[in-house]
Amino acid sequence: MLIDRVFKKTTIALPVFWLVFFAFLPFLLVFIASFLTQGDTEIFKWHFNLSNYWDLLNPIYLKVFLRSLYLAAITTVICLILAYPFAYIVARKHEKWRPILIFLLILPFWTSSLIRTYALIILIRSQGLLNKFLFMLGIIHQPIQLLYTQGAVLIGLVYSLLPFMILPLFANLEKFDWRLMEAAQDLSATKWRILSRIVIPITKPGIVAGIILVFFPAMTMFYIPNILGGVHSLLLGNLIQNQFISTHNWPMGSATSVILTLLMGIFLVVYFKLTTPKERTELMG
Amino acid sequence: MTGKMRHPELDSGSSKNKDLWSLFFEKVRISTALEKKSDMKRLVRFKNIFSQSIPLVYISVIYILLYIPIVVFIVYSFNNATFSAVWHGATLKWYQTLLSDTPILRVTGHSLVIATLSSTIATFLGALASFALFEYRFHGKKLIFTLIFILIVVPDLMFGIALLVLYTFLKFPLGFWSLLLAHISFCFPFVIVITLSRLKDMDKNIFEAARDLGATDLMIFIRIIFPLLLPALIAGWLLSFTLSMDDVIISFFVSGPTYQILPLYIFSLVHVGVTPEINALCTVIFGLTLLVILLGLLIPKWFFVKK
Repeated sequence: MLIDRVFKKTTIALPVFWLVFFAFLPFLLVFIASFLTQGDTEIFKWHFNLSNYWDLLNPIYLKVFLRSLYLAAITTVICLILAYPFAYIVARKHEKWRPILIFLLILPFWTSSLIRTYALIILIRSQGLLNKFLFMLGIIHQPIQLLYTQGAVLIGLVYSLLPFMILPLFANLEKFDWRLMEAAQDLSATKWRILSRIVIPITKPGIVAGIILVFFPAMTMFYIPNILGGVHSLLLGNLIQNQFISTHNWPMGSATSVILTLLMGIFLVVYFKLTTPKERTELMG
Repeated sequence: MTGKMRHPELDSGSSKNKDLWSLFFEKVRISTALEKKSDMKRLVRFKNIFSQSIPLVYISVIYILLYIPIVVFIVYSFNNATFSAVWHGATLKWYQTLLSDTPILRVTGHSLVIATLSSTIATFLGALASFALFEYRFHGKKLIFTLIFILIVVPDLMFGIALLVLYTFLKFPLGFWSLLLAHISFCFPFVIVITLSRLKDMDKNIFEAARDLGATDLMIFIRIIFPLLLPALIAGWLLSFTLSMDDVIISFFVSGPTYQILPLYIFSLVHVGVTPEINALCTVIFGLTLLVILLGLLIPKWFFVKK
């Protein structure tokens, strides 16, 4: 029937067109732009070369790059350590409670992320609540200077990204067949052994998904170092932001983004190796 | 022993006395043993409560930490001081000045317009796309899935600059339209993921039955898929709306001076210090979000239980 064919064509064409035009094309253009040179009057000069990638080996950029990797790695590890027990406990709760607990977890993230980050300043500055609290407990005797340091950036990143670690882990642990655990107990496995040999290996896709969702945003959420960090805590995201907004060196910014994409590609390959299409629910709903 | 207890009258006087004593001691012995046992029980119970409460304490601490910043800005929206972080007593004056502060109201209005339009269009597109991906076979399906996947996992920053490069190459002016198209693009894949997972749970026989009875695909979409998908579409719309209202990074790159939105306005204020009015505004928005969610999301509960 004609109407069927027209309907079929439109439903396929619309999303295909949209995704090719607004997802495929932009990333392709960034890739092309990374080989161009900065123009004097215009933004790009059509002169292909690899100089942007060579320039990235400059010690200044390498320093930012290494710092980003380092901070993002610590953020990811802290998130994982905090999130795993949390997801585990919530997944073991009665079915009735789980949606409520997950709802309570997501709720704070429906408020402006900037305002929440800004509220962290009030908490961690030298006369802030954190210092007062630690002082009251007698842990410190003079206020610690956290604000505008890497520590503050770390707190901000962990706070903002924790749910992105918890949710994939929870999605994974919720499907976990707890009878496996009973079986292992019957075979007199210790708790540690059950965790390290059964639970963690089975939830590995969730762990990798969480790492992808935390590690890369941690390097690129430029507003957190902007608000909480000082001069010495600028990350890759701030570098790209500056290259695009302040110094107008777009080819260089594109090259930085391409490098980051390649790094992410490696992680995604690991994720795809670890999962079958049916299991890829952590990132694909 | 038990025999003696049952027939005490058969025993002689002296032994009866002795037996009374032994009975007494026996009783004492049993009762102390019992007490010890109940002590043990109590100890075990205490230990159980203790070990059971550790997880509860743990998740409570995480929840408290997550909610502290929110409590902070809500409290500060009532603080009777402009920049001071010290509590100066409660006031509602920031809520009053908010009502007459045209720049804030204007950018909030812009944000609401962008969020409403982009989430509606993204939901519409997402519904069509998930139907196409679910029902039809066509070339490039794999590419579409890959692109959706990439859009979900790629950090906002990279997508933001990619769109900026696109607009620049096309000489597309930055403003309302560039912002709207960008917001639709980053909401769209999330809607697809939500609706597609819902479609996968549906009984495919319904569509077959409808087709046998002569329904066209368009009719199937409007009369069957759409009503069944409605909860998923509402959830997708709400998710898109909140993503759009809160987006800083992508909007930062694709917006122009002609059309400023709330997150970017707040971002421009952050270095000078956020005014209590902004705290008040965010409190109002938080309250409204809570209300909408409590009203709307009690129905499609499955949204939270990821399948």
